[in-house]
Amino acid sequence: MTTDLRTEPAPDLHAAPAPRPRATGRARLGSAFAMFRNRKSITGLVILGFFVLVAILADVIAPFSPTQVDSTARLEPPSGAHWLGTTHLGEDVLSQVIYGTRGVIVVGFLAAIMATIIAVLVGVIAGYLRGWRSESLSALTNVFLVIPGLPLIIIVASMFDDPPLVVIAAVLGLTGWAWGARVLRAQTMSLRNRDFVQAARANGEPLHRIIGNEMLPNLMALIAASFVGTVTAAILGLTTLSYIGVIPVNTYNWGTILNWAGAQGAFRQNQWWWFLPPGLCIAAIGVALSLINFGIDEYVNPRLRSAGERARAMRKRGLDVNDPVTAVRPTAVRPTTSPGSATSAEERA
Amino acid sequence: MTAVQPQPQPEAQPQQDALEVGTTATTTVQGHSRIPWRFLAGRAAFYLFTLWAAITINFFLPRMMKGDAVTQYLSRNRNVSPEAADALRALLGLDTDASMLEQYLDYWGLLLRGDLGVSLLHGLRPVTEVISQALPWTVGLVGFATIVSFAIGTIGGAIVGWRRGSRLDGLIPLTTFLSTIPYFWLGLLAIAVFSVNLGWFPIGKAYGVGITPELSAEFIGQVIQHGTLPAATIVIASLGGWMLGMRNMMLTVLDEDYVMVAQAKGMPNRRVLWRYAARNAVLPQIQSFALSIGFIVGGTIVMEMVFSYPGVGKLLLDATNAKDYALMQGVFLVITLSVLVANILADVAYAFLDPRTRQTEA
Amino acid sequence: MRDALLSVHDFSVTYDVDPPVEAVKNVTLELRRGEILGLAGESGCGKTTLAYGVQRLLKAPALITSGSVVFHDASGEDVEVDRLDAEQMRRFRWDKVSMVFQGAMNALNPVAPIGAQLEDVFVVHRPSMSRAERREAVAELLEIVKVGRQRARSFPHELSGGMRQRVMIAMALALRPQLMVMDEPTTALDVLVQREILRQISQLRHEFGFTVVFITHDLPLLLEISDRIAIMREGEIVELDTAERIWSNPQDGYTKTLLSSFPRLTGERGVVVR
Repeated sequence: MTTDLRTEPAPDLHAAPAPRPRATGRARLGSAFAMFRNRKSITGLVILGFFVLVAILADVIAPFSPTQVDSTARLEPPSGAHWLGTTHLGEDVLSQVIYGTRGVIVVGFLAAIMATIIAVLVGVIAGYLRGWRSESLSALTNVFLVIPGLPLIIIVASMFDDPPLVVIAAVLGLTGWAWGARVLRAQTMSLRNRDFVQAARANGEPLHRIIGNEMLPNLMALIAASFVGTVTAAILGLTTLSYIGVIPVNTYNWGTILNWAGAQGAFRQNQWWWFLPPGLCIAAIGVALSLINFGIDEYVNPRLRSAGERARAMRKRGLDVNDPVTAVRPTAVRPTTSPGSATSAEERA
Repeated sequence: MTAVQPQPQPEAQPQQDALEVGTTATTTVQGHSRIPWRFLAGRAAFYLFTLWAAITINFFLPRMMKGDAVTQYLSRNRNVSPEAADALRALLGLDTDASMLEQYLDYWGLLLRGDLGVSLLHGLRPVTEVISQALPWTVGLVGFATIVSFAIGTIGGAIVGWRRGSRLDGLIPLTTFLSTIPYFWLGLLAIAVFSVNLGWFPIGKAYGVGITPELSAEFIGQVIQHGTLPAATIVIASLGGWMLGMRNMMLTVLDEDYVMVAQAKGMPNRRVLWRYAARNAVLPQIQSFALSIGFIVGGTIVMEMVFSYPGVGKLLLDATNAKDYALMQGVFLVITLSVLVANILADVAYAFLDPRTRQTEA
Repeated sequence: MRDALLSVHDFSVTYDVDPPVEAVKNVTLELRRGEILGLAGESGCGKTTLAYGVQRLLKAPALITSGSVVFHDASGEDVEVDRLDAEQMRRFRWDKVSMVFQGAMNALNPVAPIGAQLEDVFVVHRPSMSRAERREAVAELLEIVKVGRQRARSFPHELSGGMRQRVMIAMALALRPQLMVMDEPTTALDVLVQREILRQISQLRHEFGFTVVFITHDLPLLLEISDRIAIMREGEIVELDTAERIWSNPQDGYTKTLLSSFPRLTGERGVVVR
């Protein structure tokens, strides 16, 4: 069979697509904070902001000084004068809780800032470098992960007689950076092999620009999540240590209030106004931070967000996302397609 | 048939075995290694390094404390026997005439002999004896509660992840809320509600006052009764983390091809959920379990204080308050060792559950 | 036994999103017993949706919005696939119609040995088989596809890409189905392995006599192996004819476009006209 070499012209290609406009600086900034823009994050941020405000405005808001003793009003349940009742010395519980917010917020954020800086340095550098440098940094991180933190802190804290808040924050930070470092190292390692980083290296960009301009924006969400997680851990650690009494009880935070309450047997005597509020505040801040983290999680992994939403949206339409069999729903109205769908001259069913 | 020339089919061509043509497979080695030696060896090296680091930290701890507090300690306690005093000196770094390296080696010598000094708080009994009395309680409580929590959380998370969008989704924020409540507060609340008010459970300790531990049904009954509240508190407080992690992993795994293939094969839903999806999603869970053992230990220490449970956590706290340095050092070492052992067990479990860790030597 | 194996009449699939997407529009075709039908078209034309849709493998929000799919079983019975409930569908799957998926990279469960994954099929669909019988059946399958019975205890990551694809074929063959749908089975493999797999498929078809629906964007491949080819575009079948006639006398403009986009050995462009 010989073929005639006459050819028909091939159809023309589509025209090249129009170039996209370059993202403006403002838009880029907006997208950096996109992780906070969903409902969960915003709720969490609002609650957190409330506590920060209380901490800042403690002097103004608190009706009494936390150490103000009133021997006539001991162990009173909540009343008009004392919204949250009084302690065994007649101190106002509400004021103590309000002032206690300060210690918690300051230590929490300080510790988290320190821990996150270390985590970013160690994690990103360990992820970017290769070979023994990376491995040894990773081993260092893992050691800090495995060695149990709380016993170490207890022992270290017991060596100080009257540690200032900064020292406490430093100890908490130094024991809490390892998790974030590990996560960041893993992510940096996977980013290092991506095309845009290779392109930057081929262009001869200096290392600090590659890490600073190319990689860090991609790592922002993880760093934020790690920071929030560390704040939670630091607050829990601080309150726990205060409750145990390892941290001296002259600094005010919610844990020390619980320490006094416990020592005075408030739990056994049902003085709920004393021990419920501090605990609830810890829980509330914990919830706020968890919500922020949920929001970041869903931003980073859209599957998490859309999975639940999509499933619910489907259910509204009567579809079950988990159904392994396609649903059959003949529509009454036929879609208006041209009946000339070319099937060749074959038998119809 | 078409313009494409059909290949001539030479019948003389020997039937080529698929094993050799076009694939990179080689012949299998009969009974290739099922034990992931390389993986385990790497982990073992890491753990030895961590052990060394922990012991070294332990070595330096008392040497960082203020000198006068330590010498006061020894001068206060004249009943210490000379050998015990020597051991304490070596442990706590009071041998100012020996060099740091010598002290370090002496320290290792003591450790390898199993001598951790004597405990002042407990009538000058050897530290090892005091710790070994308390350790079983902690391991029992923590071990039991953690395993139960992990099991419930993982299974629950698998089910919640499978039925995405259902009402079960509400379990996640609930359990997460419970896990943000500090352990100790939850324990105190539990005591306030269940022990003081409802009187269902005793307030503290592992068994009734004045009862000696023995292997009798009554004693075991007491242990269970006293242990229920602390164990339940640990389980409830830590459930959230496991459930969230497993559910997130399930969502990722359910989008994988092999799940779709399983459903195409006509596998019933239960089989797909457990043998295909959950079995894969549980792997990162085990890894994070290994990592979080250190945190779990922290929580139990506090729990023991709240419930006056006679475990190593309470031992550590009492020692800290009484400045019984030798006991503090010993407990820290034992806790670290336990965490390492638990990590090793988790790693071994992971290695056996994930066949990809086994390199075929073939 | 009727000549027709699968009758698809006026079949439509819509994705119920905002706005709704009609992925398959009123497709009618009849699959003949024992033939190889190629399904070709560019990405997004609906060929995969059609093939998955007639087996009702699509997940929500996909909806079958019109038409009927009738499977004419070898026993003489007619099965209306679009009327089956979930349990009947589950039993119908793999027994009458099976699939070979694209990219066996991730299509096998990484934590189970391949022998177990093959046995799975028997455990669920042939519960009366004893364990020894199942083992033997699996070993036989592995020998048929030339992977070797000793590989039954291997894990997927221990096999090469070509071997994994063979295992997928063995799995599809397990219950001796009457129809096998193959979704780009060789796209992810290198050309030598491609050739091997295709030869294998051809050999198995001669031996076991199943019908094949072969989905690919590789039209020259289809021209070589198929009996008939259906060209799809935007959810509709624009041309359905034997392979020879499509090559020598394409009717539709789109078919001509497709034919002309593949490079010739001699370097010319355009459709060769005879």
